Amino acid sequence: MAVIVYIESENGSPKKAGLEVASYGRAIADAKGLPLVGVGFNVTQREDLNAYGVDTFYNMDTLGEVNFDVNRYSEAIAQVVEKEKASTVVVSSTSNGRYLGPIVAIKTNAAYLSNVVALPTTYEPVQVKRTCFTNKAFNETQSTKERTVLSLSSNSFGLHKKQSTVTFMDGTYPSLSSTLQVKSVEKVTDKVSIADADIVVSGGRGLKGPENWHLIEDLAEVLGAATACSKPVSDMGWRPHSEHVGQTGKPVASNLYIAIGVSGAIQHLAGINASKVKVVINTDPEAPFFKAADYGIVGDAFEVVPKLTEKLKARTQ
Amino acid sequence: MTPCHFFIYIRIKLDIMNILVCISNVPDTTSKINFKEGNTAFDTQGVQFIINPNDEFGLTRAIWLQQKEGAKVTVVTVGDASCEPILRKCLAIGADQALRIDLQPQDGFEVAAQLAAICKKEHFDLIITGRESIDYNGGMVGGMLATLMDMPYVANCIQLDIASNEVGVQREIDGGKEVLNAKLPLVIGAQKGLVEEKDLIIPNMRGIMQARQKPLDVISPEEISPASKVLTFEKPSEKGPVKLVDADDIDGLIDLLENEAKVL
Repeated sequence: MAVIVYIESENGSPKKAGLEVASYGRAIADAKGLPLVGVGFNVTQREDLNAYGVDTFYNMDTLGEVNFDVNRYSEAIAQVVEKEKASTVVVSSTSNGRYLGPIVAIKTNAAYLSNVVALPTTYEPVQVKRTCFTNKAFNETQSTKERTVLSLSSNSFGLHKKQSTVTFMDGTYPSLSSTLQVKSVEKVTDKVSIADADIVVSGGRGLKGPENWHLIEDLAEVLGAATACSKPVSDMGWRPHSEHVGQTGKPVASNLYIAIGVSGAIQHLAGINASKVKVVINTDPEAPFFKAADYGIVGDAFEVVPKLTEKLKARTQ
Repeated sequence: MTPCHFFIYIRIKLDIMNILVCISNVPDTTSKINFKEGNTAFDTQGVQFIINPNDEFGLTRAIWLQQKEGAKVTVVTVGDASCEPILRKCLAIGADQALRIDLQPQDGFEVAAQLAAICKKEHFDLIITGRESIDYNGGMVGGMLATLMDMPYVANCIQLDIASNEVGVQREIDGGKEVLNAKLPLVIGAQKGLVEEKDLIIPNMRGIMQARQKPLDVISPEEISPASKVLTFEKPSEKGPVKLVDADDIDGLIDLLENEAKVL
């Protein structure tokens, strides 16, 4: 018996989402008196695994295959779950985590609960708090299976260190043929992604045009933040669709969300509601975003934002 | 029918791409979310129901395949009779036929398993689900259905190009996109990008009239137990009012973010 966590990595090191899942899994393992077993692919950096309480780690060497392969990854995780007879499996809520979760659940005859925001309130059966109605409500859900796969919402549990001494195991990367083949990955590599970001800076129509986006990008750079935009902005082609956040765009669950020139349509707010602290900068004091925000400035983005960027820059120097 | 005609008939039959679009009946985005019966059930009173937006992007893409390639489009939902208006809307948008599996599902697994039962009886070349529904946001039906059917699944699908059996697909990932090759049969999780909002089809009077004549079959559910159940609902606690900072007091804002909110 064990608690299994899938630890996502990049260039051999666990990603923040993976370490949050490890922190969460560690807390469950402690509550149940079980070891914490991690699964990952091409992970070489062990310090973080020790720092976040992983007892055993199955590292799958994909033998030069650099692209994510949903069939082989899900099979690899499922095999470890069966081998360790795990009753609880945790994945993150990144796009890959949410992709794998339901597939692993079916392969291992488990219940799958997504959008989990807290530790289980009971373990037998597993009962846990989740968001629903696009962050407009929560529910308590009970698993009716002996095994449960949980997908943890980003930033809902946070990072909690706990020292351990990890035992590295070489996992077997299953060879599976599939009609699905990744041809290429197009990724903006020099920027932090919305899913990984602690801070997100978002722009709306109030910025008047794509040529003014340096305001958003400069502020994001000082803060080490990801950039995002509202739906009209992506619909008009000012920014790529991958930056669109909201109900039909990407969900945001950052620690700090700064909305600039975004009015705050209900669909937008639904998508960003899970962020902890929301700041709005808008010329219109009647903009609905002011009702959803924690802090606000009624003012012209073209004046306020450069000043904010300068002050923050001076602060970090 | 001469043997020659019969052969042509078979050929055409084989060439028709059979598409299933899985539809979820969800409360309109602007609905007030309330609960009843001691916070154990969603209060549907006064709530307008719509086709789940992600499903509608998928349906629109399917209708394009119907118009260009002559594909047959079936829509299906798992729900009680109250879901029929949105199925009729799907027919008015252009779907050829609708199925309703007569069951009020408890969770996404139950939906996926009921859909799998349908897909085991009739072969579909392409199965489209939405990325997630906007009510329970589970994001699980597509991946579960595909796995139950032993079919490949592409989540967060933002592009789909079909040339005979070869399929080019794109998946949105964190900070970019993945370009994939696939083959039919295939399950995709549709989202915006597959088609754009402006591409969505608003049913015209002719479509609405035709929809009345199209088949909407009610199917008895299989006996399948859900994998989870929702016990209670809860609304987030009321947020305090926004703290306004003067536009000239940028230091004040930074101070609040650093020392009060502790996010810098």
